[in-house]
Amino acid sequence: MRLTHLIFLLYFFSLFNCKQTNLGLTKIEGKQIQITDTLPIDSKIESYIKPFRDHIQKDLDSVLAYSPNSYSKSNGSFNTAIGNFMADAIYSEANPVFKSRTGKDIDMVLLNLGGIRSILPKGNITKRTAYKIMPFENSIVVVALKGNQVDSLVNYLCRVKRAHPIAKLKLTINENDKIVEAKIKGKDIELDKVYYVATNDYLYSGGDNMSFFKPNDSLYVLNYKVRNALIDNFKKVDTINPVIDDRFIQIK
Amino acid sequence: MKRRDFIQQASVGTALVTLSGLGLQSFSNAATSKKITILHTNDVHSHIDPFGSDDARNANKGGVARRASLIEFIRNENPNTLLLDAGDIFQGTPYFNYYGGELEFKLMSKLKYDAATIGNHDFDNGIDGLYAQLEHAEFQFVSANYDFSNTIMDTHTKPYKIFKKDGLKIGVFGLGIELHGLVDPAMFKETKYLDPIEIAQDMSRILKTEKQCDLIICLSHLGYNYRNNPNKISDLKLGEATKNIDLIIGGHTHTFLSKPTIVKNIEGKNMLVNQVGCYGINLGKIDFYFDSNKNMSANGTSIIV
Repeated sequence: MRLTHLIFLLYFFSLFNCKQTNLGLTKIEGKQIQITDTLPIDSKIESYIKPFRDHIQKDLDSVLAYSPNSYSKSNGSFNTAIGNFMADAIYSEANPVFKSRTGKDIDMVLLNLGGIRSILPKGNITKRTAYKIMPFENSIVVVALKGNQVDSLVNYLCRVKRAHPIAKLKLTINENDKIVEAKIKGKDIELDKVYYVATNDYLYSGGDNMSFFKPNDSLYVLNYKVRNALIDNFKKVDTINPVIDDRFIQIK
Repeated sequence: MKRRDFIQQASVGTALVTLSGLGLQSFSNAATSKKITILHTNDVHSHIDPFGSDDARNANKGGVARRASLIEFIRNENPNTLLLDAGDIFQGTPYFNYYGGELEFKLMSKLKYDAATIGNHDFDNGIDGLYAQLEHAEFQFVSANYDFSNTIMDTHTKPYKIFKKDGLKIGVFGLGIELHGLVDPAMFKETKYLDPIEIAQDMSRILKTEKQCDLIICLSHLGYNYRNNPNKISDLKLGEATKNIDLIIGGHTHTFLSKPTIVKNIEGKNMLVNQVGCYGINLGKIDFYFDSNKNMSANGTSIIV
C-alpha cells in the first residue's frame, strides 16, 4: 500500500511541476475547407435526414390540381395567362382574410412579372409547382392608396408596358401609349377615394422601381405568403383555366 | 485473501504504468504546446442537402452529412476542438418551411455544435417560432446584446459561455444585428438591441480579467463590412474598437473571404475576423497554438493565414 502513496506523491509532484509553466498564445493558423463531394457522407446523419426529406418530397409531389396547358410569362404582351391566374388567385385567397380583419374589400391586385420564376407546366400541379413559380418567401400586404397615387401606379404600368400581373384593374392604352381607359372594379378612379391595393412586401418596399406605395394611408400585413395563397387556390380547383384577356391592352 | 492481495498489487502495478505514462504525457504537453481548434459555420440557411449537380453556382457543394464526416475527422485529429455557428440557421429550403427549424437544430446537436448565436432570419417564424425549436438544440445560444428579458426567450440564452479544453479556458460570447428595419417588429416583439461595441468591451473585460480566459471568441451576426455605410457597425469595426478578442466569427453578409482578415485592435494587437460565406459550403478552421512564454517570439503571436 505504501507504493500507492508513492504513486500519488509522484503524480502530484509532476502535476505541480506542470503548472509552473505559463502558456501563451504563440501561433494562429486559419483556413477554410470547402465541403465538396470528395468528402465521405456520414451514413448515420444521412439516414437521420432521409425520413424528413422523403416526407417533404412526397408532400411536394402530391397533386393539388391539373393544368390543361403550359403557361409562360413570356406568352402575352400586356397581360399573360399565368400572371392573370396569379393575380386573380391572390385576390380570391387574400380578400376573405382582409375582409375578416378590416371589414373592407381589396380593390385591386398588383404583382410583378419578374416575380414569376418558372412556367406553369401542363399536367399535374403540385406544391413543388408553387415553390418553382414562387420560390421566395414574400408575403401579401394591402396598402391603402389615395386615387392620385393609384394614378401614379397606372402611369407606371403604362410607362414600363410590361405584363405585371393585375386583378380588378382594367387598363387600355392607345398607339401613343396614352391611357384610354383605367377602371377599378368597373369604375373610374376617383382622385380622393382610398383604394386597397394588394401586393407583396417586396414591391411595397420599392422593388421593380414601384415607388408609388409610399407614403400611404395605412399598411395591412396579412402574414400570408404569396406561395401559400397559390397553394390554397390550387387546392380549391380541379382544373385551372388561365387565359389572356383584356385587362391590360393596347389598341392600334 | 491472497488472491485479493494479488489483484490489488497487480492493479497498483498497472496504475503505476498508466500514471507514469499519463504524467509524462501531460508534462510534455504542458511544457511544450497545446492546440485548440475552432471550427465554424454561418448563414447555413437550412441547407441540409448538398446543392444539386445542376446548380449554376454551387453544384455538388455543401451538405450536412459531408460536413459531419469532415468535423469528425478533425476532432479525431484534435479532440480539443470547438464547433460554433454565427447565426441564420433558419430559412432557405423547404426543410424550414416544413419543420420550422427542428431538423436544423437536431442535426447541429448530432454534429455536437458547442454554441451558436442568433441571426435575423432565426426570427422568421417569430420569436415564438424560435423558442418552440429550442428543445431540439443541445448546444448553447450565446447573445450578449439582445435583451430578451421581456420575451419568451428570457433565460434561454447566455451572454457568453466558457469552455475548458486541455486546461485552457475559451470564452465565447455572441452579438446580433439591429433588428429594426430588418425584421418585422411583430416577429422579434420586445427584444431589445444593445450597442455591440459597449457590450463587446464589457464581455472581453469579464472574460479576460474576471474569468481569466486564455482565448476570447466573438460569435457575431453583425456583418463583415459595409463599404457604402461606413457608420454601420460591422465585424471589422468591432475588431478595431475593442481589445482582448482573439477571433470574431462573423455572418449575415454571406461574405466569402479567400482567407481570414487580420485586424489591429484598439491596442494595436493583431486579431482575426473570419466568415465562410453561406449555405454550409465551407467550414472555417482556426488553430490556436499555446506554448510556454519563453518560446514566444519577440513579436508576440504569429498569424498564418
